[in-house]
Parts: sequence; C-alpha cells; structure tokens
Amino acid sequence: MSAAVIVFPGSNCDRDAVSALSLHTTGEVHRVWHRDTDLPKVDLVILPGGFSYGDYLRSGAIAARSPIMAAVQAHAKRGALVVGICNGFQILTETHLLPGALMRNAGLKFLCKSTPLRIENADTPFTRAYDDHGETAIPIAHHDGNYFADEDTLDRLEGQGQIVFRYMENPNGSSRDIAGITNKAGNVLGMMPHPERAIDPLTGETGGLAFFKSLARVMT
Amino acid sequence: MKAIVHIRPRSGVLDPQGQAVAGALKHMGFDEVLSARQGKIIELELGDGDEQDVRQRVQKMCEHLLANTVIEDFSISIEA
Repeated sequence: MSAAVIVFPGSNCDRDAVSALSLHTTGEVHRVWHRDTDLPKVDLVILPGGFSYGDYLRSGAIAARSPIMAAVQAHAKRGALVVGICNGFQILTETHLLPGALMRNAGLKFLCKSTPLRIENADTPFTRAYDDHGETAIPIAHHDGNYFADEDTLDRLEGQGQIVFRYMENPNGSSRDIAGITNKAGNVLGMMPHPERAIDPLTGETGGLAFFKSLARVMT
Repeated sequence: MKAIVHIRPRSGVLDPQGQAVAGALKHMGFDEVLSARQGKIIELELGDGDEQDVRQRVQKMCEHLLANTVIEDFSISIEA
C-alpha cells in the first residue's frame, strides 16, 4: 500500500514528507511532478508544504490549477486519502476540496514555532493513534495560516466533526482556532502544522509521530 | 483591448495589511485616515473582441483564478 507526494515548483517539504512516510509506513512512496497528468495507484496523496509558485497571486492558487490536480481530485472523489500540509492545505482550499480560505496571519508576522494543539477528532484515518481530545505539539511555519470561512460553514464543520486539530493558543487569528479540518466525507485533511517535522527527538519534537502511525494503520 | 481587474478583500474579512498601512499613515501625521483596505490590480492585455464577450471571459478569469471569491471581491473595467 503506497503514497504519492506531489512536488510543485517551490514545494520544499516534499522530502521530509517522503522521509516520514518511508520511515513509518510500509509500501512505496512516489514523488510526483506537478506537470504529470497521472497518479500512480496509491492509497494516499500528500500535498506538501513550501512556497509553490512563490505564493504568487495567492498562496497555493496557481498550484491548485496544475495539471496533476485533476488526478488528485479524482483520487479524492473515489474516497482515497489526501493530506494537505501547510501550502498543501492552501492548495486544497483553492481547489475547493476543502471549504474556506487561508489568509495572512492576523499578527502579520511569519510564525515559525512549536504550537500546542488539541486533537478534536481522533476518529479519522489521520488521528487514530492520538488520544481523542488529547494534546500534542507540532511546529508551524507560515505567513498565511489564518483560516477563514463564513459562519454557516464553520458551524457545519463543528457540527459534523470536521475540525480535527485546534490551536490551544491561537497564533494566527484562525476562526474557531482551527488548525486542521477534513472534508465532509472525511478522506481529505488539510492542516497548517507540519507533522513531518516532528517525528524525531533529534529535531526536538515528536508530536507528528502519531500522525504517521495513524496513516500506517490505514495503509496496510 | 485592455482589462483592468481590481481585487479587494470582501467587507467583513480581516485585512491586517490594510490595518498596518492605516497605522503607518497615522504615524506619519495623516490623522484623517480612519481605515485602509489593501487589494491588488491585474492588468490584462487581450486580443481584440466584442466588449461584451471580453467582459464575460474576464469575469470567468476572475471567478476561476484571479480572485478567491471566498475572501475577495473584484471589479472589471475594459479599455479599448
């Protein structure tokens, strides 16, 4: 059982995502260039972090219109798993695979720090190895992580268990302290924090380990 | 033909960049500034066509790429 990490011009967290998957899940991990039109047969697609297209126009806006994204949309429609991390989350909202938008951080600063999170829903393929309503810490590194959606959408996300990670100390002004959400079907996750950066005590944090262990359970 | 697209944050959407601009103007002594909203302009040079058709096409460009309609409004002006 396998995964694909999409690489856009300007993606810079693709190798960490590949590493994390290779270390903690079995099965092949493919790096797929954004100009390809076909995906290999995989269970999981990751849209990694970075600065695709230099954040030109809007973060993730141009990447969302890349040739590979039609295949990613079809993969999502079939119910297969998609994870968008940071720039990947931005791309998912731009493709409307997830609702809402990610805006400039309310405090205007680029934030790069470990961030305490609450797991709001451990009943997802992405969070089963976490304690439900438990706490963890995962680093964020973003300038445009302020999650926005209209009140009706936010109420629906709350009511349908689509909020998966919430900031315990909101760093960027995100509505309802949202750090990560799924779509209604629960197979597409977008999150601003970087779990692939938190899997080894060598780099100081391990809050992302349970994320990849959750995926490993689903992918075998 | 030229199309000039103005993109601005929708009212009700937080615009901290606009707030920073207003703050800076006030610090410079422009006390009359009550608020600022920051948007962007995209100028498109287009091949010739019927103005109505051109406007419709540019409208699509805005809806499908140039503006994120969740958080932005846009307006289009066409120059021959």
